[in-house]
Amino acid sequence: MENRTQVHTFVDEIATIPGGEGIRLCIQCGTCTASCPNADKMEHTPSQLIAMARAGMKKEVLSSNAMWYCMSCYLCTVRCPRGIKQTDLMHALESLAVREGSSHGRTLTPNMYRSFNDFVYSLGSLPEFGFMTWFYLLTNPLRAFRMIPVALSLLRHGRLSIKARRLTPEGANQLRAILDKAESLGGVA
Amino acid sequence: MKYYTYFPGCSCSHGGAKAYGWSTQAVSKVLDIELIELDDWNCCGSTPYSSVDELASFCLSARNLAMAEKRGFDLVTPCSSCYVILNRTNSYLKEYPQVKTKVDEALAAGGLEYHGMVRVRHLLDVFVNDIGYDEISSRVKRNLSRLKVAPYYGCQVTRPAFGFDHPEFPQSLDKLVATLGGEPVPFPLKSRCCGGSLVISEEALALDLIDKLLDCALSNGAECLVTVCPLCQTNLDAYQSRVNRKFKANFDLPVLFFTQLMGIAFGLNSQDLGLKTSIVPAERVLAKYL
Repeated sequence: MENRTQVHTFVDEIATIPGGEGIRLCIQCGTCTASCPNADKMEHTPSQLIAMARAGMKKEVLSSNAMWYCMSCYLCTVRCPRGIKQTDLMHALESLAVREGSSHGRTLTPNMYRSFNDFVYSLGSLPEFGFMTWFYLLTNPLRAFRMIPVALSLLRHGRLSIKARRLTPEGANQLRAILDKAESLGGVA
Repeated sequence: MKYYTYFPGCSCSHGGAKAYGWSTQAVSKVLDIELIELDDWNCCGSTPYSSVDELASFCLSARNLAMAEKRGFDLVTPCSSCYVILNRTNSYLKEYPQVKTKVDEALAAGGLEYHGMVRVRHLLDVFVNDIGYDEISSRVKRNLSRLKVAPYYGCQVTRPAFGFDHPEFPQSLDKLVATLGGEPVPFPLKSRCCGGSLVISEEALALDLIDKLLDCALSNGAECLVTVCPLCQTNLDAYQSRVNRKFKANFDLPVLFFTQLMGIAFGLNSQDLGLKTSIVPAERVLAKYL
């Protein structure tokens, strides 16, 4: 009985997130999985993730690397015969995993996203060089070392700006006020 | 003269794709398009924000859209990611009233309001549909005859369907290449993914995809690729040496922004088009047209 309650709770939770409601429509045809360029590298394929979520396997779903391997190419979304926004469903699972503090130790994508978002929140724009350096140093300094040739070739061709683009002080304050207000309103659900 | 509000996005303004921004402006001028940059715009948040904090993602876009709405023109961006994220915000605000309520409240904290009236366009859409192939053809000074080009759309210019072109088998860039006199080669993977920002966090996974794309273009006889997205260009160009290393391959395929190719055909100066910023040198295959 307890298990059934849990089943409904997790699917409800996903379905209340805009874009997540389609989870109830899935017929397990596997079109999303067959279309996904990374399905073979995921611990669970996109259609498996949906089946697991509907079976109430919250912990297994949210700690999977699968949604973090989604590159938002939207091929599943345009092919789904049930009109499920599969890419957005993956985003919904990513948001839930972050909110629940689920472990996703096998992929660095959540850390990369966090570094990216921290820069955008503080500056209002993304300084690519600063962001990438920061991310590599934070997660894997050895990789930072391996990426030096790529960074040097970009630098040599004038494609790395050390200096970040800044908003006007008024614009920066306005953006901060909007984002802080959004934060206080909780998520989209 | 046609007027648009211009949203360059981070890559095309101060980032790695400055040449895309320069060539966009240079080519637009030839086509009598006035791109007026949106004052004080902010980053759209791209995939990272929309993946883990959707409300903030919608708010980042909504600030830009609210400012653009005051001007009344279509908002045009050369970046496929900005294009998807801004359009997605528009559709979510229409489709989900609870999202709109929260976004409105957040915008009000910044003294802004947005009524959902801004049409977000990709630069490719503006060129082929507002200006048209005939007009573009009339500006060609150096016919790119016999140049074999793989037209690479990537994902987000045609998917999900905000679209001006088919989500899986788009044609607009093929036709544009042909309009410039070039020969668009068959390129079955033309709307497949380059790995996007996962090239940073999961490089191995992205290099696999980039390898397949380059291999597909080369085996169909392409001398170069053209892209409509700053990230696609960076992945295929700057990471080409990493692909060569990993797969013991010898790819030497220049990857141009479609605006650079247009600029060359229009007889513009290669400096104004930022050709020197390509990591894989483009001059070798383009020499006879420069």
